[in-house]
Amino acid sequence: MRFLILVPGNEQSEAGVLPDEKIFIEMNRYNEELVNAGVMLAAHGLHPTSKGAKVKFSGGKRTIIDGPFTEAKELIAGFWLIEVKSKEEAIEWVKRAPFDGGVEIEIRQVQEAEDLGDALPEEVRLAEQRMSAQMAAQRQQRK
Amino acid sequence: MAIDAQRAVEAVWRIESARLIAGLARIVGDVGVAEELAQDALVAALEQWPESGVPEKPGAWLMGTAKHRAIDLIRRNQRLGRKYEELGHELMAQELEAPDFEAAVDDEIGDDLLRLVFTACHPVLSTEARVALTLRLLGGLTSEEIARAFLVPVATVQQRIVRAKRTLTEAHVPFELPPTPELAERLASVLEVVYLIFNEGYAATAGDDWMRPGLCEDALRLGRILAGLVPDEPEVHGLVALMEIQSSRSRARKGPSGEMVLLLDQDRGRWDQLLIRRGLAALQRAEDRGGAFGPYALQAAIAACHARARRGEDTDWKRIAALYDALAELAPSPVVELNRAVAVAMAFGPAAGLEIVDSLATEPALGAYHLLPSVRGDLLAKLGRHGEARAEFERAASLTRNEPERRLLQKRAAASAERG
Repeated sequence: MRFLILVPGNEQSEAGVLPDEKIFIEMNRYNEELVNAGVMLAAHGLHPTSKGAKVKFSGGKRTIIDGPFTEAKELIAGFWLIEVKSKEEAIEWVKRAPFDGGVEIEIRQVQEAEDLGDALPEEVRLAEQRMSAQMAAQRQQRK
Repeated sequence: MAIDAQRAVEAVWRIESARLIAGLARIVGDVGVAEELAQDALVAALEQWPESGVPEKPGAWLMGTAKHRAIDLIRRNQRLGRKYEELGHELMAQELEAPDFEAAVDDEIGDDLLRLVFTACHPVLSTEARVALTLRLLGGLTSEEIARAFLVPVATVQQRIVRAKRTLTEAHVPFELPPTPELAERLASVLEVVYLIFNEGYAATAGDDWMRPGLCEDALRLGRILAGLVPDEPEVHGLVALMEIQSSRSRARKGPSGEMVLLLDQDRGRWDQLLIRRGLAALQRAEDRGGAFGPYALQAAIAACHARARRGEDTDWKRIAALYDALAELAPSPVVELNRAVAVAMAFGPAAGLEIVDSLATEPALGAYHLLPSVRGDLLAKLGRHGEARAEFERAASLTRNEPERRLLQKRAAASAERG
């Protein structure tokens, strides 16, 4: 199963200031550990929200809101995507990360198609079946 | 709470066990003993952590505990006048306190892990033993998990592992990297074990479930670990590329009622683009290291041709046929030849493919291989020879041990009968 590990931003990351060398080296080491253990699928740091934007939807209207964003809880500075056997394993990996100072790292499981299963609306499931049938028919025609 | 703690212990085990066993094996010089010491430490963790919580440095805790057990073992053996004396000196000389495991030099751990890989896949062991030992020692799987994955009784797996460890001890297999002249061959055998595990997950040879994604993930994880241990070996990247790209299709390979969906019928929108990108990057690494024509890199290149085609009809079959030509020359086998026939049929028409298939009819290795009649049936059907096609599909259905596949083949036989 896959987990998204979300790293919150702070004043420093919002100012576009890179962490100091010591943290950089530690983080690099940690990333290497994840790669060498074969669990890392992807990882990225994000630019400050000043380089981002939001699109707001209301009543058929789309409004563009340019960054920076002000609400602290909305700030995300980076993420990892890892593949592990259990939530506990994801937690154990995150516990090894070199963070400090009260920072809270969020661990979220990525939904897979199978997880949707019965929750998939009937229309969507039927549409999928129709699509499969349509594709099968197209194949027959090609033969 | 107790269950949570147990799951936490299992998670730590999965992360730490390979390094733990590898580190211990270097100290005691015997993988079997190292594994038992590590298991003792695991039992201690299961007893203590539910009360005390998971320690700050669980890897160091396990290592410290295992080392204490090692010292106990040595003392006991000394009393009984047995061996291990030389070991005793080394261990006693070390501090009894838990060493700073985390601070141990990464290279050293890497070397130990690599020794462990080569030992688990040592040529004195049977293939089955190599698979079981690799999953157990490197993958951190329990005997129960291995048994479930391979649909064999737990006792069988336990026996295999016990015997394998005994074989290693009796053959005095040293806990060392293979000597340079043997390295290439030994590495090939390691890759073979990993790919075997992957294939057992990707195309289960028996049972109701023809795919066991968990086993594919285990193999992929092992492959990625190997790529980190021997990053200069192109074929390791080739194997990882192959497994990443094949895994990218696993969601699309299963139809709504659990049936197998063939490659060209798959909804490519369900292919995992992340794994495809990772696979293509790994293939690039293999090629950058001069390994474009290694057997795994070639197979990965074939898989990449499919991965790059947005629609089935966009597939570059001529390139795939050429890659199979190269593969057939490098590693000739009836199975490769059969695959080449499929590619040639797609690139140059079913008659050209059928010619190759027919040359395989007397191949004894394919006598009970259901894919031979299955492919032959497909080509005959395309040529409008439905009567012959039906007989081939029926034969293929009678040969496969896999239920969903059998149903698919029977369906095709019935379809041919209608047209015949």
